[in-house]
Parts: sequence; C-alpha cells; structure tokens
Amino acid sequence: MSAPDDLRIRDGAADRGGLIHPEIRQPDDESERGPDGGRLQHAEATSQPLSAAPKAAQAREPQPRGAKVRGNRPIDQAEAAERFIAAPLHLKAHDERLWDLRKKRDAVAHTIPEWEALRELASQIKAHTLTNLDVYLEQFEAQAKANGVHVHWAADGAEHNRIVHAILKDHGAKTLIKSKSMLTEECGFRHYMDAHGIEIIETDLGERIQQLDKEEPSHVVCPAVHKTRLDVAEVFARTLGTDPENDDIHYLAESQRETTRPYILTADAGMTGCNFAIAETGTVVTCTNEGNADLSGNVPKLQIHSIGIEKLIPRIEHLGVFIRLLSRSALGSPITQYTSHFRAPRAGTEMHMVLVDNGRSARLGMEEFWTSLKCIRCGACMNTCPVYRRSGGLSYGATYSGPIGLIIDPTFNKRKYSTLPFSSTMNGSCTNVCPVKINIHEQIFAWRKVLAEEHEIPLVKKGMMKAAGQVLSRPAAYRAAIGATDSALKVLPRFAVYNPLNTWGRGREMPETPRQSFHAWYKQNRMRTRDDKTGDKTGADKSDAEA
Amino acid sequence: MRVGLFVPCYVDAFEPEVGIATLELLERFGLDVTYPFDQTCCGQPMTNTGCHAEAAATEALFVKNFTGFDYVVAPSGSCVHQVRAHLTAIPQTPEVIAVRERTFELVEFLHDILKVEELPWAAFPHKISYHSNCNALRGIGHARASEINAPFYSKPLDLLAKVKGIEVVEIARPDECCGFGGTFSVFEPAVSAKMGYDKVSDHARAGAAYVVSADSSCMMHQKGCAERLGVPLKFIHIAQVLNGAAA
Repeated sequence: MSAPDDLRIRDGAADRGGLIHPEIRQPDDESERGPDGGRLQHAEATSQPLSAAPKAAQAREPQPRGAKVRGNRPIDQAEAAERFIAAPLHLKAHDERLWDLRKKRDAVAHTIPEWEALRELASQIKAHTLTNLDVYLEQFEAQAKANGVHVHWAADGAEHNRIVHAILKDHGAKTLIKSKSMLTEECGFRHYMDAHGIEIIETDLGERIQQLDKEEPSHVVCPAVHKTRLDVAEVFARTLGTDPENDDIHYLAESQRETTRPYILTADAGMTGCNFAIAETGTVVTCTNEGNADLSGNVPKLQIHSIGIEKLIPRIEHLGVFIRLLSRSALGSPITQYTSHFRAPRAGTEMHMVLVDNGRSARLGMEEFWTSLKCIRCGACMNTCPVYRRSGGLSYGATYSGPIGLIIDPTFNKRKYSTLPFSSTMNGSCTNVCPVKINIHEQIFAWRKVLAEEHEIPLVKKGMMKAAGQVLSRPAAYRAAIGATDSALKVLPRFAVYNPLNTWGRGREMPETPRQSFHAWYKQNRMRTRDDKTGDKTGADKSDAEA
Repeated sequence: MRVGLFVPCYVDAFEPEVGIATLELLERFGLDVTYPFDQTCCGQPMTNTGCHAEAAATEALFVKNFTGFDYVVAPSGSCVHQVRAHLTAIPQTPEVIAVRERTFELVEFLHDILKVEELPWAAFPHKISYHSNCNALRGIGHARASEINAPFYSKPLDLLAKVKGIEVVEIARPDECCGFGGTFSVFEPAVSAKMGYDKVSDHARAGAAYVVSADSSCMMHQKGCAERLGVPLKFIHIAQVLNGAAA
C-alpha cells in the first residue's frame, strides 16, 4: 500500500522483513545470490529463509495431518484447520512461505503495465474456447492423429485409468514415471495402478515427497508446502534411507534426485499432465521448474499425456498470453524453467494422449459455475487466501483445496464437499489475483445458496438462519431481542453472533454492551425534535410499545 | 437532500456512538437526516449463509423503511455491499432497485457524493492503522486493492488526510482479511480467531495506538482478539474520527 503524499505513512513492516511471524526468520545464509550479492528472486530461490525448527530439539512438532475422510460424509474442514493451527511451527512457516509467494506475485505483476489487460484477454480466450469446446477438441484430436499420436477419450477418472492400464498392458509395462498432474490425482490414478501391480514413480520433488509419505498434494503448485524440512528429513529417512538428522535442503533434494534418476532411466513408460493443449497443432505444453516433465515424456519409449478437456486453447499464438500469466501468478517468476511442447512421437517410440472429461462437460452446463473451467492451476488463489494459509491444503479433504477447490469440489460430490464453500470469509482476494479472472468469491457465495436450497447445510445452521430471519424481519421481535437497555448484556452477544455454542468466546472476548442502543439514544435525544419537525408522533409511540 | 440513516444491527446494539457520530457528521453538512424507526438489518447474516429465502422478509422490511430517500447512508461497507450486490431474495421491483442504487457507505458518500474538502473540526493526534473491511475494499471500491495493478487511490485515507495531527502507519499485510467473515466467525472459530490474532499483532508491531475502520463488525472481532491476547490497541470507527472525536 502506498498512500497519498500528504499523508504521513510510516512503514512499520519494513524493519521486520515484512513478516508477521518475525521469530521464524532465519539468518540470511544459504540461498542463491546474484553477482551483486543480493538474494535471487527467481522462481524457487528462497527470498525469505524461514525456520520451523523449534529451539529445543526434543520439542519437535509432528506434522498435522489432513481432514478425516469418511466415505460420503461432509468434510469437517474446520476441525482439520484447528489441528493445523495447533501446530504453530508448521502454521507460521506455511503462512509466511505462501504469503511470500503472494508478495512476489504482486511485485512481478506490477512491473507489467498491461497486466490487467492480459488477465482480461486470457479470460476471454478461455471463455471463447470453452464456448466452442466441441470444435476445438475435434480439431485437437484430428491434428494429434495427423502427428502420429494415439488419441483416447475418457468420460471419467475410472475410464482414464482403464485406458492407461490397457496401454501399459499392451506393452508389458510394469513401471511408469510421471510428472505432477492434478488430473491424475482427481482420477485416483496412483491408487488404481498400485492395486494393479504397476509401479508409479512421481518425479516432481514435492509430489515425490507426498507419494513417499502416502499423502495427497496439499497445493496445486507446491504439493508438500505444508511440510517443513524436518518433516521431509523424517519421510526420506524412513523411505529412502537418508540420514534422519540431516535436514539440509540441498542434501534432501539431492537424495530425491539420486534415488529417482535410476527409475527415469529404466522405466517402461512415462506420463505427463498438461498445462495447455493447442488445438491448431495438437500439442501438449507442460510448464515445470524441475524439467521432470521432459524426462518423463522423453526418456521412456512409451509416453502418455493425460489432458483435462478444459486445457484447450485455440492457437499457438494464444499460448504466450497464458505463459506470461502462469508463473508470475504462481511463484512471482517471469516464466517456469521449462516450457515443453510435446507434439509427435520420437522415432521408435509410441505416444498416447488421453482426453478426460470427469465432470467437466457437466460443469460447463452450470450457468453460475462454468467459468471455473478457465482455471490454469497456478495456485495464486491459495497463496493469497488467509483461510488456506492457516488451514493447510489437506484440511479440505479433496483433490483441489483453497478457493478454487471450494467451487470445483462440490461439482464432484455435493454432499461430501457441502461444507467447503463455507470455509471462506469471501474477502475476494482470490478473485483479484486470478490470472483468468474467475469470480471465485462470488461463486463461493452462489454455492452456499445452492447447497442451502438443496438441504446440504446442517439443520442447525439452517434453523439458526430461519430464526434470525424471523427476528430481523419484525421490528417488534428485533427490539425484544435487543431488549431493554438493562437486560441487554444477557441477550446481545448471543443475538448478535447467532451463536448457540459460544464459539465466539472461545478465542475472543465478548463485546461490551453499551449503556443504551443507538435506537434508545435516538428516541431519548432526537424524537422530540423530530416529532416537532415532522409531526411523526405515531412512530415513536409504536416503538415505545416494541421496546 | 433527504438522507435515510441506516444503522446496522450490530452498530445499534454494540457501537451506538458510531451511529451517533454518523448522524452528527451528516448533519454538519446541512443534510436532512432521518432515522427510520422500524429498521433492523440488511439480511446479510442469512444470505451469506446461503439462506436467501430466510432473508426475504428482512430485505422487504429494509426496502419499506428506506424507500423515498434521495440517499440511504450507513457506516458499514459490509452492509452496503449486501444491499447493493445481494439484496435479491425479493422481486426486483422499481422500488427495490431504487433503494439498492441509492444506498451508500458513509466514506464513499462523503468522498464521492458530498465531495468533502475539509473537516475543520476534526483532529486526531495519534498513530493509527487503517483497517479495510474486505467488502468495502473489494466489493464497493473504497481503495485500490494491493492485488490489482492500477494507480493507487484510497477514499478513507483521502478523508483521514484532512484530519489534523493524524499519523497512519502501514502494516505488513494491509489488505489481509481479519477473519471476521460474518457467520464464518462462529462456524470456523479457530481460523477466524487466528486471523484476528495475526491482524491485531500486525497493527501493534507497526506502532499503531488506534485501529480505524469503516466497519464496526471487523473491529468488534479484532477488539475481542486483542483483548484475549492482551494487545493494548484501541479501536475507533472512521465516522467518529471524521466527526471530531478527540480519542
């Protein structure tokens, strides 16, 4: 925030590095530096070294786990969030790390004069493509086939898994390396393949950490951001045999690299997700910082690309718009280290593309929610979300967490994810950072209405709102609830926060009750003059009766 | 100019002096201000919880109370945003549409409609941190939000700049939600309170003695958090500061 020049603003944040948890700041000792000695601000350089190490080693804080998932029962996000908050070292590191990404995003976005126009353009390109999706999908398929690619169509996640399994069986493939893909998370791909005796190896560092720890990714771009280096040291020691006492990030990253490379060299098949699918050329484009999509796609003789049908863009000339937005929104870096185009099989290899619907065409038909299909999975809405940063992505108990998850997840399962749209203050920051201008917070609001109308909100909540509506629509009942000034102390706090369990008072002090309400003050101090002026005596008498 | 004064339910109940300051401030500009006596609430608690049908009668009462004024003014960005964006549970008659279009939040009314140039009676010689309610900021455009790449402006800071002696400090996360969120504050108490703790700590570390805001709801929450943490912050509504409150 800058301010008008004539206002004296003192920046109280500068002297603590912009942190709201300055106690976790680490000495400035280990991140990359440029020729001028300054800390590099590129994609994955740490601009703000944080420490989740407790002062006493024996007080090591276990990683809080995610929401309890029980079949179809509504996810209790608030309960899981409360456990995350009860782990202060994790909470602070998570919050500051993601806020740092948000700040980097602001800094880099604000260097581009046409930023807001770019967002609008990207939004319009996506709207156009989704409106003509059938045309572009057929064009993509025809072009891909012409390029020598085998194209498959999957109506849902189960069909995607069966198709891929059949391809692997045809080739006698037993091991598959893959880059990160939220679509395959949606499909439960790893679990399916585990059950069918196919070994899957994730090659993205964060995703590999999550795979080894048997956890889902908690963030679409940073799958293990809820874990500290101490957690990773523990997971790697348990699964890769590393030194449990060594939590140096370079050591840990190198250990993952050294243990994954042999799989890359020997895997029978490779798979990538897809950031953008270009209809005019039949090309799949992936954006990574580790180059692992290139290895996954280009090393094995059999390569498979899984594509959500909403990933289409019409022409290669449109790609630049999205590339300019994607990494800036996600990490505050101008571009990912690798932007890779997969178009045709290399000599002597086979290339498959699987186009997956899995609920997307149904969503396309939802008048209030179809624009959620514009999402390019940058994670900016998560980074800026104050609830997400203090809950951890696993608290949502769903493939997609954070603001975008709140509006996508209920399309998969309205009952199970019925609580998620309520895990928001609807502050609107998500909408403002979204590179394709999805009105996320307005869709959260709209989902609440849909869920209430379809009886997917708890009866107690509905009952409270019904009671509130009855009181607030009748002045006499409202005045009775507010009460005479003397007894207000008993009634007011409960009334004002509609709160049967006093959840307000668990974390906060109750507001003091004033000597009299504004209404009573007005009657006492202004009614006589008002009456004289307007002759509106009846109004005052009526209210006397109500009070 | 006939102005209808809308005093939101929690201002009526907890912060009557905010309603008084709003009334007095508007009267300083020679306006004919009426407080419709049968008013209650804008319906936001119900609609924000998805319960639109349950909000319909409250919305109808709001329109009944505030029909016929040139402007309806309220000291709350949140309630005004509800009226302007979400008062849709009842049929949108010309009467309903007129009330919705004429409803203004106090700061924008002073800044955009009255175009106030000076506040000679106002002096507040204190260090303050300004808290933007999210609906005021992003819903009705009080200021340029930090996410947006556009020239900076801030209507509340413009007005506060006319107050003698005031010093505004900047916090680490100026636009971050404080976690009140209406019914969110009771349905997600842990996250809500944690957001509030972080917010009041941010104000305090920046050296603010007072938090000033155009919304009492956020401040009621933050005050509860500050008291629980023992953070010595004071809270005051912008209507009071602009009306010349000494402290």
